[in-house]
Amino acid sequence: MDFNISTLLPVMPEIFLLTATCVILVIDLFLSQQSRMFTYGLALGTLLATIAVVAFVGNGESQVLLHGAYIRDPMGDLLKVALLTVAFFSFVYSRRYLEQRDIFKGEFYVLAMLALLGMMVMISAGGFLSLYLGLELLALSLYALVAFDRKSEKGSEAAMKYFVLGAIASGMLLYGISMIYGGTGMLDFAGVAKAVASGQTDKMVLLFGLVFVVIGIAFKFGAVPFHMWAPDVYDGAPVAVVAFLGSVPKIAAFAMAIRILVEGLGGLGLGWQGWEGMLIILAVLSLAVGNIVAIAQTNIKRMLAYSTIAHVGFIFLGILAGEGAGHTAAMFYTITYALTAVGGFGLLTILSRKGVEAENLHDLKGLNEKDPWLAGMMLLFMFSMAGVPPLVGFFAKLFILDALVKAGMTWLAIVAVAFSVIGAFYYLRVVKVIYFDKPISQVPVTSAVDARLAISVNGLAMLYYGLFPASLLSLCSLAIGG
Amino acid sequence: MSADWPILSAVIWLPILGGLLVLFSGDKAPAISRWLALTVAVLTFLLSIPLWTGFDAGTAAMQFQENHPWIESFKVNYHLGVDGISMPLILLTTFVTILVVIAGWEVIQYKPNQYMAAFLIMEGVMVGVFAALDAMLFYVFWEAMLIPMFIIIGIWGGPNRVYATIKFFLYTFLGSVLMLVALVYLYYQSGSMAILDFHGVKLGMTEQILIFLAFLAAFAVKVPMWPVHTWLPDAHVEAPTGGSVILAAIMLKIGGYGFLRFSLPITPDASHSLDWLIITMSLVAVVYIGFVALVQQDMKKLIAYSSIAHMGFVTLGFFIVFIIFSRPEVHSGAVLGVQGGMVQMVSHGFISAAMFLCVGVLYDRMHSRQIADYGGVVNTMPWFAAFMVFFAMANAGLPGTSGFVGEFMVILASFRADFWFAFLAATTLIIGAAYTLWMVKRVVFGDIANDKVAALQDINGREALVLGSLVIAVLALGIWPGPLIEVMDASITNLVKHIAVSKL
Repeated sequence: MDFNISTLLPVMPEIFLLTATCVILVIDLFLSQQSRMFTYGLALGTLLATIAVVAFVGNGESQVLLHGAYIRDPMGDLLKVALLTVAFFSFVYSRRYLEQRDIFKGEFYVLAMLALLGMMVMISAGGFLSLYLGLELLALSLYALVAFDRKSEKGSEAAMKYFVLGAIASGMLLYGISMIYGGTGMLDFAGVAKAVASGQTDKMVLLFGLVFVVIGIAFKFGAVPFHMWAPDVYDGAPVAVVAFLGSVPKIAAFAMAIRILVEGLGGLGLGWQGWEGMLIILAVLSLAVGNIVAIAQTNIKRMLAYSTIAHVGFIFLGILAGEGAGHTAAMFYTITYALTAVGGFGLLTILSRKGVEAENLHDLKGLNEKDPWLAGMMLLFMFSMAGVPPLVGFFAKLFILDALVKAGMTWLAIVAVAFSVIGAFYYLRVVKVIYFDKPISQVPVTSAVDARLAISVNGLAMLYYGLFPASLLSLCSLAIGG
Repeated sequence: MSADWPILSAVIWLPILGGLLVLFSGDKAPAISRWLALTVAVLTFLLSIPLWTGFDAGTAAMQFQENHPWIESFKVNYHLGVDGISMPLILLTTFVTILVVIAGWEVIQYKPNQYMAAFLIMEGVMVGVFAALDAMLFYVFWEAMLIPMFIIIGIWGGPNRVYATIKFFLYTFLGSVLMLVALVYLYYQSGSMAILDFHGVKLGMTEQILIFLAFLAAFAVKVPMWPVHTWLPDAHVEAPTGGSVILAAIMLKIGGYGFLRFSLPITPDASHSLDWLIITMSLVAVVYIGFVALVQQDMKKLIAYSSIAHMGFVTLGFFIVFIIFSRPEVHSGAVLGVQGGMVQMVSHGFISAAMFLCVGVLYDRMHSRQIADYGGVVNTMPWFAAFMVFFAMANAGLPGTSGFVGEFMVILASFRADFWFAFLAATTLIIGAAYTLWMVKRVVFGDIANDKVAALQDINGREALVLGSLVIAVLALGIWPGPLIEVMDASITNLVKHIAVSKL
């Protein structure tokens, strides 16, 4: 096969992002602390430019290159755009927070962009190897980001925990991959799918490998019972990092689940005997533990961590509901959840002042009195997470329920709505402290213009996609159907 | 018939957008917020009047329809329209909202812009509930009501407001998500989200029962029916006056409306086989809750319980239909029962609003709702006393007021079903008179109880305007209910015909 540079065109977004990241790293070396804003601007510009490149190389077809290691398809394109958009918001929210803590350094953005690169590789992975590569790039960057505030003991502790548990999970995933490789002799998803479908392979080995792979996926999502890292990491990491870590990687995890479970091991779904049964258990446990334990939290970062776990349950239900409607619903859910989560954490980032992390429920007391606009935005985020119309979170849940009923799993739909009612309580409590309680300190809320603008766009997006969900839904539907 | 211009959309979105405008007017200039809110409320009411004047009472078909695709892949449409059942309720909503805005004029000093905005947004959303002909659109409006109400009770409510508002939210939320599952199920049975298509879909008995129970969970909580009524007294007591008025006058009606629009026509056989359940629950509400009201020490709580008892009449009127069906010799009574329920809903909208406004007037002056803190109010507030006695009489069902018409029609229909139902229902005329008049006696009449009462000022022009307009409404409906019944007649006759046919 002769090499032609134009065959690399579909990989342009990744190549561009990597190049830009390296350039920013070098430029940042020569900047004084006063001109750090330049790095920030470059980083934001890079994200926007990468979105443009994704849009430029994207088309309705799917392309497989690099011997099956890389896939460019409409689903990947849409997920990448979502990924970069959500990351853009988190970058904007973090600026002032980092400045106030004297950690406004170029490395933050470089690390985050490397993590983004890893996630884009995961999204476009055509085989286990490239997926694992992307996953590790993501994980290593995140470990460093969690410990980004070097003076913070809690941050270091959280990074250590995350690292140890993450390494174990990666090991499990790799072990599972090796079993599947041993069973099928293939590493690319298409090849694995063909080998599984042929029935020539030893099912026992495959199922054995599958269990470990599912554990790896569940860990990345933070699904119960592999969720224990999430509350500690969210709690320990600087809230600006949590805004990134708690939102963007969910999109990549969704891609990973679809690529491995559906495109690779779709033949091993098999109801209760295959990964479908495992996902049902993971989903129901996540919904139950996430929603119930969240009620007991007074630290809002921990609370949102458990809430994430509960939302992951919903995403799993969407994947379970099957091709077409189910996957579309899960994708819609993932994207809108990431957008909601980045807003929720972003608001906490904005409210944090020098020396004070806004991380406990009582830090939000009386926000409506101090800053009604920000309070209104938080109201939108919380009701969206609770799934109350006309906010987008409602439609995300509705599409999942709808797909479940259509797939004949009405009982799962009823379990899911029952837990959403329980879940509504703790979101309401956040609204309650914001609106009904008196502020405990009189320090006024100050926010930078860029962050304020971003949070407004982010919050109003909840309302916009709640009133007009059809646009995003049809995009997801096209991406999945393509 | 479709309108030349989207009148229903205008009535829904004008108050919502106007509410946002009021919200952005800020809390620095309360006068601007108030006048802006009043302008929006009055404009909305004026806009809704053509719904009445242009209404064709001769047909049961939906009128003023608007239909646009909303979420095409789910066949969800932005489909609006009204018939004789929903149109009067929309006018009730737009009318009562004006009163609420005026009633909160000087009383609300804390963030008046948010207060007014919440009520205006609420108004638009409630009109949306009544006008929606698409199940998903209905559900979106139905749930969206919770957000402003949650805020209203939580911010401007009484001391125990947080408990009350969270209880209110979770109760109604739990009821409605079950309805959501039922709606999604119906979507797959009928292949459409249009409520009118749901009416025609064939369903087996087990399906019907499950769907009926899911709807019951949503509507019974909203009405509220005994035994899921316990959120209402809490919410009412803690809510600000305007919140209580909207709750009692409109939100409770949405539960009753749900029975007519969903439960009865979609699951007629399940409604028939479970009618004993609803009738029992209604009669318990009428009799038992009436006695509970009798012992209340708190005026708002008393009126809240009286609301539950009066709403018992509504559900009774709707469900005795099936018993009348089984006695073919008295067939005409079926329409009478449903009509009575509807009249009762509208009339209760006026009377309960008036009663809560009366308590609000007293509360604004004395900051107490305890009956024991009052006595002899008539000596210092003669005008107010006249209003309060009038509304108390209406609440007790005095002939000539609207309270009498609905109750009388339901009792009359009950007689055709079963003597004992009618007998139990008629006890309300005694119990209702007892708790209402006894409260009035203790609060209004007698000697001046204490110095605070002695210092009371009589109602001002603003309060007189609000109460006076309600007097007119109550009397008009009481003396001449003809136009209202006429408007509803075709739709209700059609509904009764529809539910008489088994779907099995």
